[in-house]
Amino acid sequence: MSFDIRIPIGAMFVLIGALLVAYGLSAGTVTVSGAHGHNVNAWWGSLMALFGVAMLGIARRARGD
Amino acid sequence: MNAGIRLGLIDWSILLAYFLFVIAIGVVAKRGIRTSNDYFLSGRSMPAWVAGLAFMSANLGAQEVIGMAASGAKYGMATSHFYWVGAIPAMVFLALFMMPFYYGSRARSVPEYLRLRFDEKTRGFNAVSFSVMTVMSSGISMYAMGLLLNLLVGWDFDVSMWVCAGIVLVYIALGGLTSAIYNEVLQFFLIVFGFAPLVILGLNDVGGWDGLQAGLARVAMSQGYAPGAWSESWRHMGSADSNPMGVEWFGMVMGLGFVLSFGYWCTDFLLVQRAMAAKSMTAARRAPLIATVPKMLFPFLVILPGMIAISLSQDPGVSGLSLPAKPDGSPNFDLVIPVMLGHYFPNGLLGLGLTALIASFMSGMAGNVTAFNTVWTNDIYQPYMRRNASDQHYLWMGRAATVVGIMLSLAAAYLVSEFNNIMDVLQLVFAFINAPLFATFLLGMFWKRANGHGAFTGLIAGTMAAAIHHGLTLPSHAMTGVKGGWITVIHHYPSEMAQNFWTAIFAWSCCFVVTILVSLATVAPDSKRLPGLVYSETPRIDDSGMRWFARPKVLGLLAIAAVVTLNVLFW
Repeated sequence: MSFDIRIPIGAMFVLIGALLVAYGLSAGTVTVSGAHGHNVNAWWGSLMALFGVAMLGIARRARGD
Repeated sequence: MNAGIRLGLIDWSILLAYFLFVIAIGVVAKRGIRTSNDYFLSGRSMPAWVAGLAFMSANLGAQEVIGMAASGAKYGMATSHFYWVGAIPAMVFLALFMMPFYYGSRARSVPEYLRLRFDEKTRGFNAVSFSVMTVMSSGISMYAMGLLLNLLVGWDFDVSMWVCAGIVLVYIALGGLTSAIYNEVLQFFLIVFGFAPLVILGLNDVGGWDGLQAGLARVAMSQGYAPGAWSESWRHMGSADSNPMGVEWFGMVMGLGFVLSFGYWCTDFLLVQRAMAAKSMTAARRAPLIATVPKMLFPFLVILPGMIAISLSQDPGVSGLSLPAKPDGSPNFDLVIPVMLGHYFPNGLLGLGLTALIASFMSGMAGNVTAFNTVWTNDIYQPYMRRNASDQHYLWMGRAATVVGIMLSLAAAYLVSEFNNIMDVLQLVFAFINAPLFATFLLGMFWKRANGHGAFTGLIAGTMAAAIHHGLTLPSHAMTGVKGGWITVIHHYPSEMAQNFWTAIFAWSCCFVVTILVSLATVAPDSKRLPGLVYSETPRIDDSGMRWFARPKVLGLLAIAAVVTLNVLFW
């Protein structure tokens, strides 16, 4: 493997996740009917960022071996 | 029509972030490309999980996401047959029984395997038909994508097609298969995270699986079927009139589960190429097995949105969700995903969903393009146009073929948009050519007496049998022509799907019999050439050094056990 694909995947998920969380918190309530008032951006964004961090963590451990 | 979706700054930022990452991966992957082997087969360096997820993702074009959601609305849970019957068994068979020959022979592609095992004409036929098919199908999916983006967010058809094609071009021309595979892994996770909230929010909305079942019972009864016809996968397969697919279980199992599924998963170079890029024989055998895990779970991601949409659209006044109608008044199921995105996703998630849709389109297209540049360079250009050139020349040709392949796909997309019937006719011809393929590979790998003359005439005969069967039969309520019956109608099928499955069954059987007869009537192949290519002449792979749970056979059995369980759960 010329580089570890988990690094860009992790970085992208952290970035997109952070964007969603920031937007979700600043934009407040959601206007779309199906979301029933949940702040889906903030919830889903934090989950994505968490996944990204996990990917980066695994990549780091793999490099340490 | 614009589905009423307005993109905000946040949506554009997410899309832009995705584009930047995809291209950056291409730029970095380029550093690892020195030889044509690096470009076409990633230098055979991929770990099993990367090859496995790319294997899964290359198959996951936009048409799969859009089409499977549409089928979920149209046929309900029975759509899962395309995964649990029509994919997993064949993927396990490929991993356990066929990968050793693909990876173990010196072949760089599926057509090249056919040359080593059979002869030049069999390879030529396969290489040419495969190249035309990949270019055309990437054109067809590009066209579908352009239309969809135009409908969904009002983007210009030409601009969205050229931009998406341009990005795929950049990252493949730079980093070849490595870049395509890495991006497919990234796209895979993006697709999962982009569509999962749709399922979660949708299921929450309909009242979970129980609520969905109740809603679907009304859908089924309003169309005159048993209440479970949309939520149960097998119970209504006894006869073709008791399920909305119009297929009975035998045609389903033999046509889809055996002939079509094994023909696609076990012989399509687009998929096999991903496993061939694995770093070892063990990794190559594990790759399709790893891919079975997400493949098994994908129905929940792509079929459920369709089922939720059809259930909710019964009471648009309450749910606020309705499916747009086609000009003839029937609901346009292809718009299930766009409508659901607009209904459930606010700005932000909307950008993510849209990015996931574009990612699925790109992964499918990149799969076609990398398979095309490899087959073109190794199986058409090198043997027929320029032998014995330097490796650097073939590497250059691979990059040139990438550019030409994408240009041809764009041309195909415009051709299809001008003459819509061309698409139907082409897909029909491809179906005829593909249907018999698995018989050729099965005999080639497991019967050492099969020879090149047998394989070639078998393929031609199978393709002809498919065409003739199609020309003699017609789905009920269809007009003669591209739907069948263009010779004369001697049999009516209850549905188009039943006709497709039976066309495949006839083509396969004809190819199987003709290959055997012609092989027996002509000289046996030279047995010195067969080791590594035929089962009986190849030493077994010894897995005894592996821990028992890591052995491919055990993993394959686990996959089969899991898929049987899923079928029983949703029986």
